[in-house]
Amino acid sequence: MKAMWSIVQRDLSLAARRRSDLLTLLFFFLVVSSLFPLGVGADPQLLNKIAPGVIWVCALLATMLGLQRLFAPDLADGSLEQMALVPAPLVGLVTGKILAHWVLCGLPLVVMAPLMGLLFGLPTHALWMLAWSLLLGTPVLSCIGSIGAALTLGVRQGGAMLSLLVLPLLIPVLIFGSGAVIAQLSGLEADGYISLLAALLLLSLTFAPWATAAALKIALE
Amino acid sequence: MTRLNWFTFSSPATFYPLAGKCIPWLWAIAALFGLSGLFMGFFVAPTDAVQGEGYRIIFVHVPASWMSMLIYVVMAGWAAAGLIFNTRLSYVMAQALAPTGALMAVLSLATGSLWGKPMWGTWWIWDARLTSELILLFLYLGYIGLHSSIDDTRRADKASAVLALVGVVNVPIIYFSVKWWNTLHQGASVSLTKSPSMAQTMLVAMLLMTFCFWAYSMAVALQRARAMVLERERYTDWAQQLPEIRREQA
Repeated sequence: MKAMWSIVQRDLSLAARRRSDLLTLLFFFLVVSSLFPLGVGADPQLLNKIAPGVIWVCALLATMLGLQRLFAPDLADGSLEQMALVPAPLVGLVTGKILAHWVLCGLPLVVMAPLMGLLFGLPTHALWMLAWSLLLGTPVLSCIGSIGAALTLGVRQGGAMLSLLVLPLLIPVLIFGSGAVIAQLSGLEADGYISLLAALLLLSLTFAPWATAAALKIALE
Repeated sequence: MTRLNWFTFSSPATFYPLAGKCIPWLWAIAALFGLSGLFMGFFVAPTDAVQGEGYRIIFVHVPASWMSMLIYVVMAGWAAAGLIFNTRLSYVMAQALAPTGALMAVLSLATGSLWGKPMWGTWWIWDARLTSELILLFLYLGYIGLHSSIDDTRRADKASAVLALVGVVNVPIIYFSVKWWNTLHQGASVSLTKSPSMAQTMLVAMLLMTFCFWAYSMAVALQRARAMVLERERYTDWAQQLPEIRREQA
């Protein structure tokens, strides 16, 4: 537990010293999601309709961008091998890495997404639902993404491979996340989607660190 | 009586000749069931009351969809066996099944869209079943891609095995997706709990085709596994003793 928190602290302070990484990610999210109105036209009704999906997809892609930096720098400078040698269980350390990744990549998106939703003309209650669904969904992205990041460590064309592996696995999150916002927009109950998102969150929190730890051990062999 | 040792055939040296003996039989079974299934499907099964003759693609579509899902589960099973028992051959089997599974998924999607055009009036619809079959294809491609992008065979085997196990979580989602989002796709016509909603001959033809697909998949996977075993073990003594290798070197 203590090892986990020290990993979280380490990653957060590393990120604080290189703020540009974090800002690149947020900037990417803003730019890509503002490309859509330019691409499909400024019809407010259409924008309103596609907003949940567009914002969710952009959040997904922004997370993918951050995932490439989850383990690769640690592998490059050798600290990943040191982590594997630490007497504390690797699963705990991996959980710490995932948590730090979520704080750095997921949480800012949760805050930024409603702002983007505002530009797409979403009403207030849908904005809340958007933030809420992202709050539950982005940790799942970090969890499942970490498995892919560990599997593609040191692989040829790792970044492209990572997206190819992880994006199909993230489709349920996308469906339920944007589904919740769409349901809210059309005045339906969104509770079901939220429950499913929460179920996915619990499931991935339970299993993903183990799978990631196993994948890291394979990569370090 | 000696106790049967299940690990005997997990050694490549004993697996290779056994698989060689099984393959012709499997091909024969596949041909037999395939021909009789196609005959039943095209000439014996009655014309469907609603869908006319066009429904007959079901005899390829349904077995292919079943196989695509089953092969993924079997592949994940081999991957798990490889990770648990650390048997080289398990990884070979998992890797040998992947292309066949991907082929089945493509076949299922292609026949589905050919069927969808006359029945629903569209090639593709973003329905849950179709979409999850597409995701399954992506999972196969991811597995194959990951394996081929890692040069070290041992690492490639293990990493893709972990991926297969992670992906297998998706297979139940595919199955239950029909209940979760019910849209255009008709519900499953064959179920174990209630009597099937189709004519007896149609069912027989479909089951015959399913057995054909099973035998075909096994034959192809074993053949591929044999080739992979040879490739990996070409420097070992037993492989050097094989007549086909000697002939090659002579």
